[in-house]
Amino acid sequence: MDKINSIRNVKMHYCDGCGHSIVHRLIAQVVDELGIREKTICSAPVGCSVLLYNYFNFDVIECAHGRVPSVMTAIKRCLPERFVLAYQGDGDLAAIGTTETIHTANRGENITVIFINNAIYGMTGGQMAPTTLTGQITTTTPHGRGKNFEGKPLRVCEMLATLDGPSYIERVAVDTSEGIKKTKEAVKNAFECQLKGKGYSFVEILSTCPSGWRTDIKSAFNFISDMKKCFPLGVFKDARNER
Amino acid sequence: MKINQMKTAEKRLMKGNEALAHAAISAGCRFYAGYPITPQNEVSEYMSLHMPKCGGVFIQAEAELSAINMLFGAASAGVRCMTSSSSPGIALKQEGISYIAAAELPCVIANVVRGGPGLGNIRASQADYFMSVKGGGHGDYKVIVLAPSNLQETYDLTMNAFDYADYYRNPVLILMDGIVGQMVESVELKEYKPILNLPSKDSWILGGCKNREPHVIKTLLLNPPDLLIKHNVHLKEKYEQIESELCLFNEYKTDDAEIIVAAYGISARVAKEAVDASRKKGIKSGLVQPITLWPFPKKAFKKYIGKDMLVVEMSNGQFIEDVMLSTECKANIHFLGHGGGWYPDTRQIVEKLIEIKNG
Repeated sequence: MDKINSIRNVKMHYCDGCGHSIVHRLIAQVVDELGIREKTICSAPVGCSVLLYNYFNFDVIECAHGRVPSVMTAIKRCLPERFVLAYQGDGDLAAIGTTETIHTANRGENITVIFINNAIYGMTGGQMAPTTLTGQITTTTPHGRGKNFEGKPLRVCEMLATLDGPSYIERVAVDTSEGIKKTKEAVKNAFECQLKGKGYSFVEILSTCPSGWRTDIKSAFNFISDMKKCFPLGVFKDARNER
Repeated sequence: MKINQMKTAEKRLMKGNEALAHAAISAGCRFYAGYPITPQNEVSEYMSLHMPKCGGVFIQAEAELSAINMLFGAASAGVRCMTSSSSPGIALKQEGISYIAAAELPCVIANVVRGGPGLGNIRASQADYFMSVKGGGHGDYKVIVLAPSNLQETYDLTMNAFDYADYYRNPVLILMDGIVGQMVESVELKEYKPILNLPSKDSWILGGCKNREPHVIKTLLLNPPDLLIKHNVHLKEKYEQIESELCLFNEYKTDDAEIIVAAYGISARVAKEAVDASRKKGIKSGLVQPITLWPFPKKAFKKYIGKDMLVVEMSNGQFIEDVMLSTECKANIHFLGHGGGWYPDTRQIVEKLIEIKNG
């Protein structure tokens, strides 16, 4: 494999089978291919990926939980020529930061959001996420989600696609080699959307968390199939040609 | 610390909130984010009209949390930035202020204080003293707090606030109140000139890693375990430096005073009038008005150990604690104050001074 400039040659802290390391590598590849490493500013969100500045070889800002879209909005408005990447997990983006997510999308801020949906709070030890599947057992849904008024999993792509603001919304998964290829294409589309000044781009990536799910690696990749039933893959909005 | 003189320009009739916004833009503030709350809405309104004219950014944020975190981003990009709100809104911003202080980012926050607790009312108040000077958010950190008592002070201190923020890489809070924010008086507009030798931001701002190593702005300091302790030691040393360099206060007729009135903000303005009125009645009073509430100008108070002091504040008694500490609890301290949107008037202060004099 070619050397990727945008990622450092260090061992990552992620668990075996975790999707973060795959997505990091894809992002770094696309940043390299587009030649934007020196103008990239990325967020480090609260969650397992908070340490991503140890891996990415570009400017990073660590944000308070849920506040990534606000921080990145301000950076992009102040530095419109830079490439601004909001990397977020499901608790960050769809629970504590839902307000910021919706309003940043609705304003059509010219930033790119990469949303890692692994249906669990990984770093804190496996609690229910806003995207935890119905019936899924977590440390705070011991009898499965849906038995104690937890509501149903939040479908963020579908929700944001109702807004006029966003330009590009796609959901992908990193469970198969085909899926990984597709994810890279989606990431590239989203990055180019911003670089061409077309406005808000959003890529949701269904990702594995064997530790949080209490499964082995193989079962974890199989679990993505269950996730796809609730979170269908595809392009939910593409208004790039209208901007 | 070298203080340069500002040049004089025109005079204009303005509202306090407008004076704040005007001074901010004049001082090079190019990013403002805020959420509507009375009694400070004129700040956002002024910014929405004037910020685009000078190439700056105005954002009406969807929430107070968003607004303060937008400042986190703007400050990281090296841009002079400000937000404003009133008490409940400032309470919501406290987490963000802790992060900004921890990351040592410069920004200016204005609190046009209203009555509390809870939704309270929209009258002026000084009940956010503790929240402003004692922390407010989580962790050990300090925010520089400036308290103007009239519109000229609001204008001048707002300009200075951006310099203090950049110089010390620290948030600066302008602690106003509903009266200072809403009243109208003439303000001498001044040309901005930095009052300090401002350091370059190149070593830490974000903007892409062209011709340099990547910059990371973070506040999570996990490993080794003493990393966060070291950062706290560094912050403590910085706060001690600020305490040794920044001490602003006004004294009025204190030279021959037998009773000292201690008050800040709009209370100080009323107290000043009360000092004159009491002197006509034969009571030699004087006023000490802190301008910096943190650092607290202890030396302005220490000399009154053993003397009669009257603390006037629009709260149940918060500022009084710093007056007591500064006088080592050895002054005869009397109190006039209420929370909930109560204002002092000259007559009340004079009556209290008479009561103190008569023992």
